[in-house]
Amino acid sequence: MITFTVEDRDGEQKPVEVPEGISLSLMEVLKASDYNILATCGGMALCATCHVQVVNGFDNLPPAQDLELDMLDTLPDADSDSRLACQIRVDEAVEGALFRIKSEEPS
Amino acid sequence: MITTDICIIGAGPVGLFAVFEAGLLKMRCHLIDALPQVGGQLSEIYPQKPIYDIPGYPAINAQTLVDNLMEQIAPFNPGFTLGERVESLDRQEDGSYQITTSDGTAVHCQVVVIAGGLGSFEPRKPEILNLEQFEGKGVAYMVKNPEQLRNRRVVLAGGGDSALDWTIFLAEIAKEVTLVHRSDSFRGAPDSAEKVVELAKQGRINLVLQSNITSINGNGHLQEVTITAKDKSVTTLEADNLIPLFGLTPKLGPIADWGLSIDKSAISVDTTDYSTNVERIYAIGDINTYPGKLKLILCGFHEAALMCQSAFHHVHPNQKLSFKYTTVNGVPTF
Repeated sequence: MITFTVEDRDGEQKPVEVPEGISLSLMEVLKASDYNILATCGGMALCATCHVQVVNGFDNLPPAQDLELDMLDTLPDADSDSRLACQIRVDEAVEGALFRIKSEEPS
Repeated sequence: MITTDICIIGAGPVGLFAVFEAGLLKMRCHLIDALPQVGGQLSEIYPQKPIYDIPGYPAINAQTLVDNLMEQIAPFNPGFTLGERVESLDRQEDGSYQITTSDGTAVHCQVVVIAGGLGSFEPRKPEILNLEQFEGKGVAYMVKNPEQLRNRRVVLAGGGDSALDWTIFLAEIAKEVTLVHRSDSFRGAPDSAEKVVELAKQGRINLVLQSNITSINGNGHLQEVTITAKDKSVTTLEADNLIPLFGLTPKLGPIADWGLSIDKSAISVDTTDYSTNVERIYAIGDINTYPGKLKLILCGFHEAALMCQSAFHHVHPNQKLSFKYTTVNGVPTF
């Protein structure tokens, strides 16, 4: 199992366990875990509605590609540890990480 | 006043296809969309992306699909109100509806179909103290008429193409232009980024990097902008106009206030006909939810077809509906 922690918009932290070898993005796992995330574009790094801050484990993740960086640059609250959850594969690289949901809560 | 049988809110692929299905049953449609062009997410977010799950097309470019849908519905002459957001929905005594848009366009219809995808695209607002208090009083999220900014002190915020393009443009006509960007580099078009840096070197604009606007103030109209740098230093700038440019984000908007049953930003529907809990209002496509819902364009097409069979009874209450295949009857127009 791969285990990481998610902090919701209220600051509550919960561990999330995902079986190894599944081919899902962090965005898909967050949605499947009932976190309220829009993910308008379905995972194409085109809407930034799955913005997360990587509080722990940022350096373990593969670097963001241009498309993701372009989109992050349009966000007023993005920082150097920001990522789009749809661009992060859930594999051993996220083991032990702490992700804080930054995207706005859907209305 | 525009009069039609079905008013479709949202001119994305599902809303467009609903026009075709309605047309086959001799129902006229009018479409309203907050975006200035048809196509919804396909045209606004990913026009050049290929789509692989449209039956009959191994792959089709998103914009091509929209163009094809427009060609398919052309025989039914739908009406369009684009660039206007639906603001209100008023039920009439006879059960019909009157819809009014942000620009005052009124549409009278027998049936309302919400095909709004994930809602209307609205400007993404940064967290700035007092921001909403000054909307329309110096704060705007787009530049509609640049002439109104002539000889004004304008502050722009953002680092994308819009922020760069408007900085370059306004440098020619505004009295003073300041661009505030949270990073120390731009990922917009390199050519535009170079121009902005050059304008700053020439002293024709102020470029404030690694900084965010944190609050604004004024006496009835914007007068000053407070900027906080990454090193926590704070500066205050006199300004007449602030234009935050951080792209668009989808919102449900006024639809949320129409008494519809809503579950996690989506409208609950009955899967027999995709009707909502309010009579004569249907919801199809990504904006609806039901057990087993799949957010796929082809599912939205299916929902449009079933919706029209049900809507027919409201539009033509005294007529009997008999289902006919287009392979037998072709595409009968009005």
